[in-house]
Amino acid sequence: MAVTPETIDQLRSVTDEKYKYGFVTDIDADVAPKGLSEDIVRFISAKKEEPEWLLDWRLKAYRAWLEMEAPEWAKLNIAPIDYQDAYYYSAPKIGDGPKSLDEVDPKLLETYEKLGIPLKEQEWLAGVAVDAVFDSVSVATTYKARLEQEGIIFCSISEAVKNHPDLVKKYIGSVVPYTDNYFATLNSAVFTDGSFVYIPKGVRSPMELSTYFRINAQNTGQFERTLIIAEEGSYVSYLEGCTAPQRDENQLHAAVVELVALDDAEIKYSTVQNWYPGDENGVGGIYNFVTKRAACRGRNSKVSWTQVETGSAITWKYPSCILQGDNSVGEFYSVAITNNRQQADTGTKMIHLGRNTSSTIISKGISAGRADNTYRGLVRIQPKAEGARNYTQCDSLLIGDKCGAHTVPYIESRNPSAKVEHEATTARISEDQLFYCRQRGISQEEAVSLIVNGFCREVMQHLPMEFAVEAQKLVGISLEGSVG
Amino acid sequence: MALLEIRNLHVTVEDKPILKGIDLSIDKGEVHAIMGPNGAGKSTLSYIIAGRDGYEVTDGQILFDGKDMLELEPDERARAGLFLAFQYPVEIPGVTNTTFLKTALNSLRKGRGEGELDAMQFLKFVREKARPLGIGDEMLKRAVNVGYSGGEKKRNEILQMAVLEPVLAVLDETDSGLDIDALKIVADGVNALRSPDNATLVITHYQRLLDYIVPDRVHVLADGRIVKSGGKDLALELEAKGYAQFSSAEAA
Amino acid sequence: MAKEMIKDLSLAAGFEEAAPRLPGSDVAWLDALRAQGIAAFRSNGLPTRRVEAWRYTNLNALAKAGFAPVRGDAELDAVPDGAALALGDACRIVLVNGRLRHDLSSLDQLPDGIAAVGLAELLRRSPADLEDLIAPAPEGRDGVLAALNDAFMEDGLVLQIEAGVSVDTPIHLVSIGVPVAGQAVAFHPRNLIVAGAGSRSTLVESHIGLGEGSYFSNGLTDVTVGKGATLTHAKLQDEGAAAFHVALVRARIADEAVYDSFVLHRGGELARHETHASIEGSGAECRLNGAYLGTGRQHIDNTTVIDHMAPGSQSSEVFKGVLAGHARGVFQGRIVVHRDAQQTNGHQLNKTLLLSRDAEMDTKPELEIYADDVKCSHGATVGELSEMELFYLRTRGIDEATARDMLVSAFLSEAVSELRDETLVSAFAERIAGWVEARHEDRTEKAA
Repeated sequence: MAVTPETIDQLRSVTDEKYKYGFVTDIDADVAPKGLSEDIVRFISAKKEEPEWLLDWRLKAYRAWLEMEAPEWAKLNIAPIDYQDAYYYSAPKIGDGPKSLDEVDPKLLETYEKLGIPLKEQEWLAGVAVDAVFDSVSVATTYKARLEQEGIIFCSISEAVKNHPDLVKKYIGSVVPYTDNYFATLNSAVFTDGSFVYIPKGVRSPMELSTYFRINAQNTGQFERTLIIAEEGSYVSYLEGCTAPQRDENQLHAAVVELVALDDAEIKYSTVQNWYPGDENGVGGIYNFVTKRAACRGRNSKVSWTQVETGSAITWKYPSCILQGDNSVGEFYSVAITNNRQQADTGTKMIHLGRNTSSTIISKGISAGRADNTYRGLVRIQPKAEGARNYTQCDSLLIGDKCGAHTVPYIESRNPSAKVEHEATTARISEDQLFYCRQRGISQEEAVSLIVNGFCREVMQHLPMEFAVEAQKLVGISLEGSVG
Repeated sequence: MALLEIRNLHVTVEDKPILKGIDLSIDKGEVHAIMGPNGAGKSTLSYIIAGRDGYEVTDGQILFDGKDMLELEPDERARAGLFLAFQYPVEIPGVTNTTFLKTALNSLRKGRGEGELDAMQFLKFVREKARPLGIGDEMLKRAVNVGYSGGEKKRNEILQMAVLEPVLAVLDETDSGLDIDALKIVADGVNALRSPDNATLVITHYQRLLDYIVPDRVHVLADGRIVKSGGKDLALELEAKGYAQFSSAEAA
Repeated sequence: MAKEMIKDLSLAAGFEEAAPRLPGSDVAWLDALRAQGIAAFRSNGLPTRRVEAWRYTNLNALAKAGFAPVRGDAELDAVPDGAALALGDACRIVLVNGRLRHDLSSLDQLPDGIAAVGLAELLRRSPADLEDLIAPAPEGRDGVLAALNDAFMEDGLVLQIEAGVSVDTPIHLVSIGVPVAGQAVAFHPRNLIVAGAGSRSTLVESHIGLGEGSYFSNGLTDVTVGKGATLTHAKLQDEGAAAFHVALVRARIADEAVYDSFVLHRGGELARHETHASIEGSGAECRLNGAYLGTGRQHIDNTTVIDHMAPGSQSSEVFKGVLAGHARGVFQGRIVVHRDAQQTNGHQLNKTLLLSRDAEMDTKPELEIYADDVKCSHGATVGELSEMELFYLRTRGIDEATARDMLVSAFLSEAVSELRDETLVSAFAERIAGWVEARHEDRTEKAA
């Protein structure tokens, strides 16, 4: 997929608005008292009417978190976060949760409409099931009935805790344990909602599943937790998108995503991350500190992460694969764009445990303005990973001479039959390329968008069609004003 | 009023004078050739017409259809109908030829107040233009100029010209690096586009290309000035006698 | 914090006792430098693997070995034949356990325009001349071993190449580790190399060990390559099997200068060669190349940092290695292109062959780029010999062991051929061939 003129038109139509998702929805919310304590953890658990075991798990996580220190190894400059100065639960007042779309507050429907995600079935996104998460809770899930026919469970994780407790109990924390890292541990204590997907044995999901995350309330952290289980021989393609209002203070988003793929199962997980990036002076914006990990437990299982990261003031994110099953496959395709004062430290970990496991990493980092963009990745071949393969390619594009682009790969090989290859390059948009495009009648901004989309092509082509167009648009918008 | 009117054009690059008073007038329906030794300022002239950065006009004017060309950005000039076939076409990794051309064409069409072509219409259109140049679908799908041979790059320039249908085409050393067969294909492509409504400016070091693209007027550019103008026979004369007669600064 | 520090500080133990007899003990600035060094070591300790620069090299064994500063001269009458690199009639400067030995050196063969003096001698004779040349260790945990060198430095080579001088024959620095019975000796040689503007010269180091015991060589070499100068700096690390070898080279490279370095690791139980090259001038070139041969339980670490601080310079790195047995290899290569260093070219390549199930390679090629008009790339591969190539050779009648050796040698020759001097290429190639042969015999014996 490359940029199309339609895309460029869409781009043009939004360029004047800068961050067009920056509006706020005025809606009554049910909010927990400010601050973080065991009581707040209990409050969240009680609000969600959770079973005892989950509360205990949350409390263990909270106590562990108190003993931990925020990681400092990333190439990020993070202002200290006051964890007591935030709300950990904010839910639009929607009674007991929506039974059907007709019961969803029209203001919320309107919000998602404005974001380009109509929640009415059979409309624009026909063929894509959407779980809409607004601040701390899931407000609507579409196409549930259709999916239920196939035995697919697609609901908010809160609902799953109530309706499918055994599945949740079996898998939650099994890929990202509550002790994993500072932000994942915090999430384990205070997660409020997120999506749950279960694809039964042998089922190919008849449609794309998607979650749309929206932070609305002020001073509120969003801590969603997503769990996807693909049983033997099943397949699912899952998409997530995110936006937030334009605010002057930083907001924390610390999510955890766990994927489990059993024998012959395949999960394709795509993200277009467009949280509010802050203004051109670096005021405001989301701190996007996310732990995403997939366990390829089964033989021949496959997990493919595709991400387009254009938003957030700071991104700290390493979607990873633990390649446990023999012949399992992990893929990571990433575009990370930073402009103005944005910072991103993102990459992946591919841990090869099983025989003949293979992984592919394609990372495209684009840095403009005064931004810093780091690829950080680990490829580890364990002694038993006979015949393992990894191929990694990291390309950086610098736009302007005030930004930084960095590549920090770690390669650890402990099996002689494994083959690991890593390549990295840096480049810039040349004056010659810009002039050539402009001589053909293409404007400066279109040319930048075209060239950068060309640079990202190998990644973009892994996105589902619906997302690819959106993503290409974002590339152009997020680089606005970076040249000339 | 001539289509292109260059008056007393003085250009410097990093404070060094390159063009020292060029006068040139091209009417619709005409083909002009500018010949000259290396370092005469030929490429500078093509770049200044197209609006490349890094050149300073210290005196003079370029009028295109009566409008001041120097005020316009490169893409505005392109939308006004100017096309430059580059001596060294630029590589743009990851951007396919079709995407590139479609973006450019629709940008031009929009400028002319015409509707945009959709993907199917465009493909049909571009295939028609590509066939005579020996450019197949495979090449259309490849990234712009990436990994092309010299001949492919030049043919690709002519394809772009055919698609964008300029009013004035400037061909900068389009013959360089081409063997005789490729040269014929390129020249046929250019000739096919000749009409009473457009004009062509051929910039070349050698007379060879002018056997195939026959000019109405030939100008000799040496040391930043047009030192002689004449009919197509002037090119033959140059071929026979060389440029030495025109320039003491030939070594430059 | 404690997690980043090895608590065993026994390496510092002998300092108070040793300090009065170290050269220049009456010189105030040197005294202060030594005090600062020992204080830095005592407060930081040796780094654990939590310190990023030491992520893949565990120094616990070094901390626990009970190394103490060497006392007295080791008994050695002659440098055994074939121990050092074969460099023909090169001028030889011999250090035994870190001390310059005139009786073993051939300083009388120094070419014109080159001055070579022992550091200890200079510190006693005219310490003021050295004050500007002896730079303190980098601060913090990364620089702890250099700080130890600051504290204990005793001798070494001070080499000055006059401006404009051009010499073909190399200067050969031979460092010999001689284990002392009942004592784990440590020495901290400090070398200062100044290549004057427009000069052209070659310094070759052979680090070899005699006897079975353990010793610790902790060298620090400061190199200044003047404007338009070319310095070739090649090194063989073939220490004794139980030896620890840690070396830091800090190179400053001026306008249009060339620093061309190569290191071959073959010996030692734990070896680390670390280069910090600062490209301070434009039009300069920095080449850091190397090869490593590991077997048994050897641990071999190559760490490089290249700082591009001025525009229009280039750097290139090729490191290739072969690991057998339980050997472990480490490559950490960082290229930093600073804001002003436009038009920089930086290329880096690390390739490793793992020849056994228990060998391990950890590699971390890093780019840190703050300028946009640059061309930088790195590549790394880890794998085994190509089955197809092996098969091909065997179909031509070559037995498997020989075929493997041929392919290993061919793989390594790519790194050695980065040396631009034929004499050096053959001297190092001979060492590699020796290693391959020894392994071949080893395997044949085992098979028999």
